Amino acid sequence: MLHIYCPYCEEMREEEEFSYSGEAHIVRPKDPESLTDDQWGDYLFFRTNPRGLHHEMWHHSAGCRRYFNVTRDTRTYLIYETYKIGEKPTVTGEKS
Amino acid sequence: MVDPMTKYSGFSLFKHALKHHEDWQKTWRSPRPKKSYDVIIVGGGGHGLATAYYLAKEHGITNVAVLEKGYLGGGNTARNTTIVRSNYLWDESSKLYDHALDLWYGLSQELNYNVMFSARGVLNLGHNLQDMRDIERRVNANRLNGIDAAVLNTQEVKEIVPIINDSADIRYPILGASWQKTGGVARHDAVAWGFARGADQLGVELIQQCEVTDIVVEQGAVTGVQTNQGFIGAKKVGCVTAGNSGVVAAMAGIRLPVESHPLQALVSEPIKPIIDTVVMSNAVHAYVSQSDKGDLVIGAGIDAYNGYGQRGSMHIIEHTLSAICELFPMFSRVRMNRTWGGIVDTCPDACPIISKTSVNGLYFNCGWGTGGFKATPGSGHVFAHTVAHDDPHPLAAPFSIDRFNTGHLIDEHGAAGVAH
Repeated sequence: MLHIYCPYCEEMREEEEFSYSGEAHIVRPKDPESLTDDQWGDYLFFRTNPRGLHHEMWHHSAGCRRYFNVTRDTRTYLIYETYKIGEKPTVTGEKS
Repeated sequence: MVDPMTKYSGFSLFKHALKHHEDWQKTWRSPRPKKSYDVIIVGGGGHGLATAYYLAKEHGITNVAVLEKGYLGGGNTARNTTIVRSNYLWDESSKLYDHALDLWYGLSQELNYNVMFSARGVLNLGHNLQDMRDIERRVNANRLNGIDAAVLNTQEVKEIVPIINDSADIRYPILGASWQKTGGVARHDAVAWGFARGADQLGVELIQQCEVTDIVVEQGAVTGVQTNQGFIGAKKVGCVTAGNSGVVAAMAGIRLPVESHPLQALVSEPIKPIIDTVVMSNAVHAYVSQSDKGDLVIGAGIDAYNGYGQRGSMHIIEHTLSAICELFPMFSRVRMNRTWGGIVDTCPDACPIISKTSVNGLYFNCGWGTGGFKATPGSGHVFAHTVAHDDPHPLAAPFSIDRFNTGHLIDEHGAAGVAH
């Protein structure tokens, strides 16, 4: 069970209050119709899926119902930071 | 040189008993890696070993090495819930899985190794009207594809599994099920060991504790792999690395549409025989069978977050067990022995990738997600063809990596009755 700090509620809560929403910082193409099939497929289906630091979106679905971002290590599941939508991560690169 | 294989039989068992079982031939050799091979298979799990076996057996390619970073069959082959079935909705996937099921039926004889395949039947329960409509649709599709399938009502389910809770007033009442009588379970370790022994006898070299650290690509073609035991050359490299497929693909500079998640399972203490089939439920997301040892083998759903940690969160186990206890109230006092997680590489359409890549001589067999075990022999069989001919086996062709850009997905989410 992960303990996650919600940056809006400003409290540690249990994982069951949250739902996972996949990789963070993916920008929806502004003009989808101008994309090639390869670009559109990449946007829809190809994720970084790193073994290591991962920036990911979570939803506080049984709390404030707001989306925020988490920097977490996918090997250890250790959470380094949580930050609001629109903010940039401060933890990047290699960590172990 | 490979010593001729000791055939396992009642007679050989008797003969070795006279010598106190002290001089059985080693099941496979443990050679040092050569400088180069025709084909390198990365990953010594069931699928990788099956690929190597069929490369040698069906395509005469015996200058093959299987490189395994740990020990043979120590990844997801050792971590699944051993269920075998083929009742998938779409033509492409039902044909692929039914091809595997056909191979399961002769596998122990083919390999001269008891893989303990037990066709004890698989039930997929329906708990509401929509479940039952989906089940009828899937069963009809299965029958059109020549797959054994039937729709059962509550009473018929109860006859097959007398201990199931068929009360009408529970939260998820059992309205019926789909029933694949020809499905069942197999002994997961034996599958890996049987294919390993068979491949070894045909000349394939199984190299354990050999971790691939880089895939070497020159002028758009693969030339070999860097490992912790040095560089090993190869004309072709087939990657069958399940949860780590994305990491291995990145070594060759290509991307895969897979995400790695923990998938948990658990076993109880051994109890006397109580359930002689496989019961699965999509709606409550739990599945259970009983091993020959007597433990209840129970599977959960994936943890939603990405992870490579081979463990997951406890509340997933709690949800699964609460579902199991509602279906089987008598299991509520059974103690659980062990839980564990495996890392599954899930595809956006819940179907595998069996494919050539943009790098010449590099092939991937991955994305089996939560349900790869059942496909083990079929997966190896069609992937071996794909690698040997540099052209996909007809059954593997729809599972090309191109489908994520052409849009020709094979959406098996939920349609397959459940996850695994």
